[in-house]
Amino acid sequence: MNHDITWQGFLRPDGRKGIRNLVLVIYTVECAKFVAHQIAAGEDQTHVIGFPGCYDNPYAIRLMLALARHPNIGAALVVGLGCEFTRPAKLAEEIAKSGRPAEWFYIQEHGGTTTSIQKGKAILQDLRQQIHADAKRVPMTLADLVVGAECGGSDSTSGLAGNPVVGRFYDLLVDAGGSAVFEETVEMIGLRSIMLERAANESARQQLAHAYDKAEAYCRAVRQYSIAPGNFAGGLTTIEDKSMGAFVKGGTRPIQGTLKVAEAPPTPGLWILDSVPDDHFMQFGYTNPNDTEGIMDLIATGAHIILFITGRGSVIGAPIAPLIKITGNHKTYQRMQGDMDFNASVVLSGDSTMQQAGEALLQQVIGVARGELTKSEALGHREYFIMYKHQDAPALVDGCRV
Amino acid sequence: MTPKTCFQIHPTDNVAVLLEDAAAGETVTVIGETTASVTLHEPIVYGHKVALKAIAAGDPVMKYGIRIGTATVDIQPGQTVHLHNCASDFDERSGQFDPHTGAAIDTAYH
Repeated sequence: MNHDITWQGFLRPDGRKGIRNLVLVIYTVECAKFVAHQIAAGEDQTHVIGFPGCYDNPYAIRLMLALARHPNIGAALVVGLGCEFTRPAKLAEEIAKSGRPAEWFYIQEHGGTTTSIQKGKAILQDLRQQIHADAKRVPMTLADLVVGAECGGSDSTSGLAGNPVVGRFYDLLVDAGGSAVFEETVEMIGLRSIMLERAANESARQQLAHAYDKAEAYCRAVRQYSIAPGNFAGGLTTIEDKSMGAFVKGGTRPIQGTLKVAEAPPTPGLWILDSVPDDHFMQFGYTNPNDTEGIMDLIATGAHIILFITGRGSVIGAPIAPLIKITGNHKTYQRMQGDMDFNASVVLSGDSTMQQAGEALLQQVIGVARGELTKSEALGHREYFIMYKHQDAPALVDGCRV
Repeated sequence: MTPKTCFQIHPTDNVAVLLEDAAAGETVTVIGETTASVTLHEPIVYGHKVALKAIAAGDPVMKYGIRIGTATVDIQPGQTVHLHNCASDFDERSGQFDPHTGAAIDTAYH
């Protein structure tokens, strides 16, 4: 099969290449959420994210900045209420440093709901004109692509079909020079030695050991393992059972190391995202709350496309990066065809080998990179979730806090 | 009619996953790593596990070639292996869930 495939992407001023040309509206406190969504309502190629807290959080700020500087984003508008800790002006300033046009304003300074929506829509029109005028098309290949993978609503087919097919696709992507990022170290419980055997080198091995040990300590501390009633009903019995089924989505290539949230892969290859909170004065905080939270962390690595493997079926999508839903359960595929993009159950029915299914998924990913809409993208699903979390990181750029 | 199947992922596994719903007394063909069959003691639904060998209380339950938990009671070949007879070696909440629906039954609602 010929993997020398080229398509036209969007070249950003910082040199990153995107597969979509979107404007991002960001709100900096729950109080600005309604206005932000009304600004984006009915607008083409405009997505919304936001942070609900009034008290600011370095993890959330890093996450929002990484999402705004994502290769699929051309420009951003940041909307604040006016009292919150998080500063929209600083976010816009940092985003602009990447060469992306960025604007901001406070609702309190512009007369309230109606006038703020009008102002926001006028800014959007201006931003869109700028990115269309400046848009540079550039050839992209698989070597330019970053693809994230997450599972949710897992059942026993996830480990037999859905995740192994993603693993086969990841091997193809990595061999073609691309980047693959998977996460959920809390779903690697019980697999310490299996993880470490996959390390590309000693430094990767140390990073993986640290990430595993932290995830296990975290699960013990918060007394929650990443397994839910739906998983049990789907035939998964223990976290170890679920872990091994989840880990196979990482394919068979060496793991280059771990990424922290908002960090892009420094070199191509297979990476594990460590999205588990680091211990700090408020302990670990609360546990990983839902699938969308993990997907946001994956998108923040610069993933152009997210693969979401769901045995029992889910309907979610994502802002910024198109989300491809994969199920290994033929009943789920039949029942939820309007939401499912890829049927991996063909490897269990004998209609396809694992290799053929991996190649078929590669073709679907290339189609989406070329501009084909995924089911969730076409339906308008743009679920996002940005929470309070602590991860140790280099000091924030001066002035990002009040 | 072709026999129903269950999938054994790794040769050292002592459980396999049903690929269709099957009734008590049905003989199911094991595919994947070995070609054998197992007669079900009880109905087992799609996606759930059947014991391929006797597993004594305290012995490991093996799937994917790794230990996915420990048998909490003696398990006979053909019996289903799930929350009622297999517990995680990590998760202290394991065993506090309804074996059929998976619902958490250890949380008070009053």
